[in-house]
Amino acid sequence: MSNIPADLHYAKSHEWLRLAGDGTAVVGITDYAQSSLGDITFVQLPKVGAILAAGATFGVVESVKAASDLYLPAAGVVLEVNAALDAAPEILNRDPYGEAWMLKLKLDGSASAELLDPAAYASHLG
Amino acid sequence: MSDLKRTPLRDFHAARGGRLVDFAGWEMPVQYRSILEEHKAVRRSAGLFDVSHMGEVDVKGPQALDFLERLVTNEVARLHPGKVLYTPMCAEDGGTLDDLLVYLRAPGDYLLCINAGNIAADLAWMTRQAEGFDVTVTDRSADHALLAIQGPASAAIVQSLTGSKLGLLTNYTFCEGTVAGVHCLISRTGYTGEDGFELYHAPADAVALAEALLAAGAPHGLELAGLGARDSLRLEAGFPLHGHELSPSISPLSAGLGWTVKLAKSRPCLAHAALAREKTEGSARRVVFFRTGDRRIVRADTPVRGADGATVGRVLSGTLSPLLNEAIGSALIDASAVDGGLRVDIRGTDIGLRTVRPPFVPLRRG
Repeated sequence: MSNIPADLHYAKSHEWLRLAGDGTAVVGITDYAQSSLGDITFVQLPKVGAILAAGATFGVVESVKAASDLYLPAAGVVLEVNAALDAAPEILNRDPYGEAWMLKLKLDGSASAELLDPAAYASHLG
Repeated sequence: MSDLKRTPLRDFHAARGGRLVDFAGWEMPVQYRSILEEHKAVRRSAGLFDVSHMGEVDVKGPQALDFLERLVTNEVARLHPGKVLYTPMCAEDGGTLDDLLVYLRAPGDYLLCINAGNIAADLAWMTRQAEGFDVTVTDRSADHALLAIQGPASAAIVQSLTGSKLGLLTNYTFCEGTVAGVHCLISRTGYTGEDGFELYHAPADAVALAEALLAAGAPHGLELAGLGARDSLRLEAGFPLHGHELSPSISPLSAGLGWTVKLAKSRPCLAHAALAREKTEGSARRVVFFRTGDRRIVRADTPVRGADGATVGRVLSGTLSPLLNEAIGSALIDASAVDGGLRVDIRGTDIGLRTVRPPFVPLRRG
């Protein structure tokens, strides 16, 4: 049911990581996450320049139903945040892998070995 | 969710993408497509809600009026056949046990519509209070399904399916008739602040009626709407929800519903003394409505602080107003602090509450 693109890495907490191949990566939340949350009404993201550990809370995504913490799939420095989410958080419901990306990171080391490939994430969703 | 009660439309909802959740022990659709979009559809054209979980109670007998005047705070004697009354039902201490609609079908023949979560407690209370009155109180919940069609296009949609002259049916009146061939009690009432109807009918007819309304409503932009939109619509309209703005610890006077408390009626209600005292002395706590100018939702039970930082109350309901695009809500506040500055903390951010008199948005029907 859920859309799980083949070129991404996934955290069990429903964030995705897209490696650019140049030591940077893009982070967002999965289609399953946006669908479970329902109408997304607010997104809080870190400041550019923040240095974050793998697994650290990097923000909050809030829907009509509940607020949920966001966990960083890999350690790094925040290069850019998606300012569009501030004015239009509902784009997360529409395009969680594209227009509604959250962060660009300069990776500190490699991505966590605990990340799931698409098949493993699909079976994690059950 | 096998222990949950189901309305006759449970499979109808599931087949149309309804996300089913436990609501007061019932398996109900919280949303189909999007709470925000369903909310906007109701304000723009129309929405169709299954509210069959609501309870219905027959009150009949020569002393039905005397009994109801004792039971509820509003004045039932004002009703004439075909008229509907909204009223709180209070305990002796003035706390609100439920809020309900009273329908007068004929002298001595009333139908009550009560909240789903309170059916068992209400019936026990009503049965106890009925002692000494020549009246029968009968739970008729299982005999009724209930569909609400709400929004500015409602009248055109329902009129296309009925010979009843809806133009004669004013706000808070009802008639009996057929809609799409289904016998209904057609009530011009609702819980959204928009024009609309609540259609009481036999459970066996529910799917046929819902399908007919959806088909007739499609050209008007009618959408199925779930309990999520029902809640945000009622909060935007400033209507109380029992368990939030009204409860056994919140009287109708505290809730700002003084117009529903008729202390001068000839047959006083059983909470008369407590409510008369509260009216004279002033309520110790008051329900206020607020907006924040921020998109972060201020959720129920969030503590509210006064100007000096001390806790002066707590949030009762909170959501994002889909029309204002900002957080709105209600809070129960110490009366002495209502006019000071009110603030909440949301995940470390200090947010001011601006108190407002609802409705939050202009309504066609207040």
